Amino acid sequence: MSFHLALVPRRTVTPLRQFLTPVAALLVAVLIGGAIVALMGKSPVTAFNVFIREPLTDPWAMQEVLLKATPLILIAIGLLFCFRASRWNIGAEGQFLLGGICGGGVAILTHGMSGFWILPLMLIAGAIGGLVYASIPALLRTRFGISEILTSLMLVYIAEFLLDYLVRGPWRDPKGYNFPQSVAFSDSAVLQPLFEGGRLHAGLVLALIAVAVAFVLFRRTLFGFAVSASGDAPRAANFAGFNESRITVLVFLISGALAGLAGVIEVSGQVGQLRPGFGQGLGFTAIIVAFLGRLSPVGAALSAIVIAVLLIGAESAQVTLKLPFDLTRFFMGLLLMCVLLGETLNRYRLEIRRDGA
Amino acid sequence: MGELVRLSGITKYFGALMANSSIDLKLHAGEIHALLGENGAGKSTLVKILYGLLSPDSGEIRINGEVVTLSSPREARARGIGMVFQHFSLFEDFTALENIAIPLEGAVADKALREKVRAKAEHFGLAIDLDRPVYTLSAGERQRIEILRALMQDPKLLILDEPTSVLTPSESEALFKTLDKLAAEGASLLFISHKLEEVRRLCTAATVLRAGRVVAEADPRAVSARELAGLMVGDGVIDLRAAAAHSYGEAVLECTKLTVEAESIHGVRLSEASISVRAGEIVAIAGVAGNGQSELYAAISGEGGTVTSGTIRIAGRDVTAADINARRRAGAAFVPEARLGQATLPQTALSDNIVLSWHATEKIGGLFIDKGRLMDVAGDIIQRFDVRVPSPDPLAAQLSGGNLQKYIVGREVKRNPKLIVIDQPSWGVDARAATHIRQTLIDLAGQGTAVLVITQDLDEALMLADFIVVMREGELSPAQRVHDVTREAIGMMMTHREHGEGAHI
Repeated sequence: MSFHLALVPRRTVTPLRQFLTPVAALLVAVLIGGAIVALMGKSPVTAFNVFIREPLTDPWAMQEVLLKATPLILIAIGLLFCFRASRWNIGAEGQFLLGGICGGGVAILTHGMSGFWILPLMLIAGAIGGLVYASIPALLRTRFGISEILTSLMLVYIAEFLLDYLVRGPWRDPKGYNFPQSVAFSDSAVLQPLFEGGRLHAGLVLALIAVAVAFVLFRRTLFGFAVSASGDAPRAANFAGFNESRITVLVFLISGALAGLAGVIEVSGQVGQLRPGFGQGLGFTAIIVAFLGRLSPVGAALSAIVIAVLLIGAESAQVTLKLPFDLTRFFMGLLLMCVLLGETLNRYRLEIRRDGA
Repeated sequence: MGELVRLSGITKYFGALMANSSIDLKLHAGEIHALLGENGAGKSTLVKILYGLLSPDSGEIRINGEVVTLSSPREARARGIGMVFQHFSLFEDFTALENIAIPLEGAVADKALREKVRAKAEHFGLAIDLDRPVYTLSAGERQRIEILRALMQDPKLLILDEPTSVLTPSESEALFKTLDKLAAEGASLLFISHKLEEVRRLCTAATVLRAGRVVAEADPRAVSARELAGLMVGDGVIDLRAAAAHSYGEAVLECTKLTVEAESIHGVRLSEASISVRAGEIVAIAGVAGNGQSELYAAISGEGGTVTSGTIRIAGRDVTAADINARRRAGAAFVPEARLGQATLPQTALSDNIVLSWHATEKIGGLFIDKGRLMDVAGDIIQRFDVRVPSPDPLAAQLSGGNLQKYIVGREVKRNPKLIVIDQPSWGVDARAATHIRQTLIDLAGQGTAVLVITQDLDEALMLADFIVVMREGELSPAQRVHDVTREAIGMMMTHREHGEGAHI
């Protein structure tokens, strides 16, 4: 006699369960993570303090968390549009890089100048850079039926090489001792701190505006309805006369523009110049953020903060605990798995069944 | 004859919903037993329990007197129970023989199997070309594969779920001969159908379910179809009221020599299809499923299909190249075949589902969607069209088929269309809701709306329509006045093939 597990759909899901599931998922992820740390011969309690407690209690670290969360929120909000419509934009990293390149390009070309117009121009250039770059996989899909998953992903590598070429070639800082990086941006091209002595800049405000706008769009407008409808039931969207190609292009443009905006905010507010690797994989991490937040705008903002805490915690864990940075990627994966499993158990009941007699 | 299977006290709940309550059922060898009931009466639940797809909350199943637990279809098959589902589970690109080989343990589509299958097919009079890929086969041929597949396991009990719903009258006759032969050889058959005439022709015993309980056991040969219907529905069958006498107006829908290419190799090409529907008139398109009805619906609604020649006019406007919303603006409303996932978003509230077909023509808000207005409209539809809802504004998927269909029809009727095109109005809908929907359509025509009904149910076409058109292999017959035709003549038109079997490759 043997046994197997079966998933039985639940008829109703109570609001309490809806709320408790992600919390439980988070707890389980922390417990498993602690066990792994213990297996690596480190104290799980110290690791918990470094990874989670300090970033949330130390004011300096808290600021860093919000700075890290800013691009994640912007990119994830853009990705929501794609993912809700079941269009799979995996290339936000590339759109993010292009945003940095275009916005950073404005900063480099206006180097030494000053003026209030430079920053807005950079932001616009960054958004347009990401938008144009995202239009490529969208048009390839609508015109030729090519999978946007592959094209958007492959365009990430092209963007990386483009950045590499620029900072080693035409845009290399002549006084930079041959390091592959651009000049440091002038003051007019750098997002200034919102508060005296702090580091938080206007990027966070833009991210929060994006959250609010996305929230209203999905809640109250025909466009948000059409996007969700075409993801939930393509035939019903077709019955409603929502144009499939137009939706594909629009969600990619929105997603690309927001990733591009995040890119220029990152180079202007955090890095202060163009250099290879400024992307740090944030465009990929934002995919996790979007799903962790269950594809809702507010959820995305919250999960961006959770992930940012982990990323900041990981930086100090490298220093204080000598834990490898890759452990953070593992934690993120673990967290996502726990949340997805929780989601499944939310909708289904696990039943143990006996096989055969 | 000996008792083969006995179900006693079978009870099954889904949450708070009672699907089966203390059901007793005895099946004898050599018997063709009808299981009757409206949609939602608990027939599917009961046969799923018998086939090991569901386990009952209480009650026992005895096979040859021995108590058994059936926890999977594999186990049920090992106990000699076979099932032919209403919806076929065949691989379109595989041949008939390959499809038969797939579920047989240890079998491959080789010479030995071919010989066995051929012998079995011959014995039971099931004509099948074993080497043709399934997508080239008609619904009847596909069903024969399903039956043959079940027969390869030599079942003692064969369950057939609505087997004739996709068959032409002559295909049904052939099926009945096979079933008679099976029963004569000692197998027991459980036959689910809502076509009462054929139950009376074929079955020797009947169990009637209503609301999850056995309400009657009858000998279908001894009672009339009307009595059987009465048992199924409860307090009598409601008759349709004819609309007040009215004359027909101008043509609202005119399709002229419409040729539409097949979307895929599995699709049907429409060739030079012409049809017109006048104001105040109900035209029904009858035909066996899969003869181009879905393609015609999609071409008229603008949901799909590439028109290569011909025109579609709605209320005088040429809409051949226009999208569905332009057709709605011209005054048309559409009710597609699939209620969930096409007519509605399953996981979305009824009120929000109004947006799907209303956003182009009706006022539902400005920059922001007016949720209050949607709620009012939904409430109106629910009340006016007698939609039974579990909560004030439930998700579409929470409604039963009949109630959801009433809601969808209501949503379209409330737009006061000049033309309504409805694909399979009562497919999978309980008798009461079907009557309600048919009455709505009749009343609508009485008020001057042009109504086009596409249906596989010939009875429905005959009771609803003023004119009837037969669809076969992508072609439409000329319209005929319903009073001038007989069931038999229409049946002939549905099946008659000018070119013979050979041309169908």
